[in-house]
Amino acid sequence: MTYFFQNLVNALQWGSFYALIALGYSMVYGILMLFNFAHGDIFMVGAYIGFGVATGVTALASFGAIALPNWLILVLTIIISMFLTSFVGMLVERLGYRPLREAPRASAAITGLMIGIILETGNLAMLGAKRVRFPSLIKSTTYNIGGVFVTNKKIMIVAVSLMLMLALHQFVRRTKYGMAMRAMAFDYVVVPLMGVSINTIAAMTFAIGSALAAAAGILFGVAYPVLDPYMGIVFGWKAFVAAILGGRGSILGACMAGFLLGFIEIFVAMIFPSTLRDLIAYSIILLILTFRPHGFFGEPYSARLRL
Amino acid sequence: MFMMFKKLRNSFSQVPLLGWLLGALIAVVLEYYLGDALADVLRLPKIPVLFGFVIMLKKPLLIPSVLIFVMLIYALPIGTVARLSAPVTNRLVAWLFKLPMIISVAIHLGLLYAILHLWSDISAYRVLTLKLTMIAIMVTLSLNVINGYMGEFSCSHPGFMALGAYGASVFTVVLFAKDKLFGAAILPAALGPYMFPVALIIGGIIAALGALVIAIPSFRTRGDYLAIISLAFMFIVKSMIENLEIVGGPRGLSSQPDYANLPTVFLWTVACVWIINNFVRSTLGKSLNAVRDDEMAANAMTVNTRQTKIVAFLFSAFWAGVAGGLFAHVLRYVNPGTFGLQKLAEVLAMVYFGGLNSVYGSIVGAVSLSMLGEALRPLEIFKWIIIPLLLILVMIYRPTGLIAFKEFDVKKLIKPKHKQEKEV
Repeated sequence: MTYFFQNLVNALQWGSFYALIALGYSMVYGILMLFNFAHGDIFMVGAYIGFGVATGVTALASFGAIALPNWLILVLTIIISMFLTSFVGMLVERLGYRPLREAPRASAAITGLMIGIILETGNLAMLGAKRVRFPSLIKSTTYNIGGVFVTNKKIMIVAVSLMLMLALHQFVRRTKYGMAMRAMAFDYVVVPLMGVSINTIAAMTFAIGSALAAAAGILFGVAYPVLDPYMGIVFGWKAFVAAILGGRGSILGACMAGFLLGFIEIFVAMIFPSTLRDLIAYSIILLILTFRPHGFFGEPYSARLRL
Repeated sequence: MFMMFKKLRNSFSQVPLLGWLLGALIAVVLEYYLGDALADVLRLPKIPVLFGFVIMLKKPLLIPSVLIFVMLIYALPIGTVARLSAPVTNRLVAWLFKLPMIISVAIHLGLLYAILHLWSDISAYRVLTLKLTMIAIMVTLSLNVINGYMGEFSCSHPGFMALGAYGASVFTVVLFAKDKLFGAAILPAALGPYMFPVALIIGGIIAALGALVIAIPSFRTRGDYLAIISLAFMFIVKSMIENLEIVGGPRGLSSQPDYANLPTVFLWTVACVWIINNFVRSTLGKSLNAVRDDEMAANAMTVNTRQTKIVAFLFSAFWAGVAGGLFAHVLRYVNPGTFGLQKLAEVLAMVYFGGLNSVYGSIVGAVSLSMLGEALRPLEIFKWIIIPLLLILVMIYRPTGLIAFKEFDVKKLIKPKHKQEKEV
């Protein structure tokens, strides 16, 4: 039983990475009806920006320019990197997606893939092929709760991601911009006629999604401190699967499916040999989609899809 | 200046395809016999392998001599021979045109093969590039059937290729090769080349059976959900092969016999282009377009949408499987890591770069992207910035690809091109 709970903790941690990234996919989908395939690489860029900011702030602190406790450095890192990465997201939207808004959806998907490759290669060209170590900002302490070992990092990761999700939920439900986003998701043809600029809302959506991805990247860096330029690919595609599984455009669905994906992966690896993880995890997803083709919270496929 | 260009273009527009092929043949013969001497005179280390792109990027000082080489060997002979022989070739083509079309097509293809053979005889690198390009054409075409003609977004083609590659490889390795996984050969090796088509077809059929996993859910769902199902299928195939120790697991399968020589690959590519072209121009192919544009209306107009979808998926997967089998035998080594997300991005890029819903487009996309990939190799990783940028520009200015929605008409291609006045 303790073994089960131990894995539950791990699953929660992985699930929060997937959920945070899947949110970005899902929000963009809700508004523009296309997937931002560069999102996995924005996650990677976010992690690297976080690395840069963390190193910079730590260096400043060690010179004595500012005296900060480590946890505050982490909080600062998360906030600054989220802010910076949101500009990367807006740039991607401006250069890659806005010119293609009327084009077939698949063309936009290809553009996204290509922007992703450019981000990876650009990183590789700038920083070289060696992996970088994320600075360890918080000291790992392990708590033993009834035989289950929980590190403070894991608690922090799950708590921060839940907080971010809650904040996003409040933003979408309570603010004027959130209302504009929901309206745009409802009908992106008529709402612009009501004086809501689709360009602003789309850029904002990309910015928020990228900021969440950056947060996921930093949390990932805290948990597994080795970063490499291709780390976004697998995460991106898996989060894409989660976003679809949750139902397109559904924020709650994306969160839940992200956690579900984490659970499936961890528990499959717990029961079966870990080399079978992808095989069984994706077979389960295939089965779910065969019996529920529009995901958990998505609407059934309709003529509204433009292809 | 513009008038001159127009005049030049007008005068070259009378050259039939046969004339161009003749010119190219002369050019490659020239290169075959005089290439080394000319390269020596121009102080090039050897004959520029890919029209000089590689060497120009590596050693910029050699650019003038490379340009002279390309001018003298390729551009001048092709241009002059094609233009000067135009009256003769036009008459010849007109005469051939009256005969059954198969003869004319065979002559064109024979010439094309002769050109490719002579061209690639210079170095082993050219042979490999050519084979991989032809395989890329097959994969791109087969993906275009689903993504272009049927309008789905299928991500499963690397999976089909993997199934085909492993199916065909296991067949040939078990029967005709001595291998540490399967032991000694069962049948005499002399029989091997004759059984190679069987191996490829078996690979194709295995891939087609795998495609059922995607075809059946496609009855109920379209678009993004189908994309995910096909993506999951790709991951499942890759992961399954990684776990099958009997075919080598993640280490891969090697020691395929060397059956995929240039003529074999060429013949299979021609067959693939021919059959897929006929398929998409048939009633069934038109019903693919109907399903893409409006499934419900197509259903009302007596198109059997389920049958259409299932046939399209099986057909496309079959050719992807054949291409995978050839791929495995060209490299004589496969491992499951080859058929991952990178392959997927590559194939998708070729389809969307070349153009949807068009056989021409697939050929152009596959050839240009594989050649570009080879030509920009000296730039190392900057290659992966230039090629994506190019693709993004193409997507922005021509969202459906370079040559989209164009039919591949062999008759139009091989017919004589007389002056405009004569036709009127």
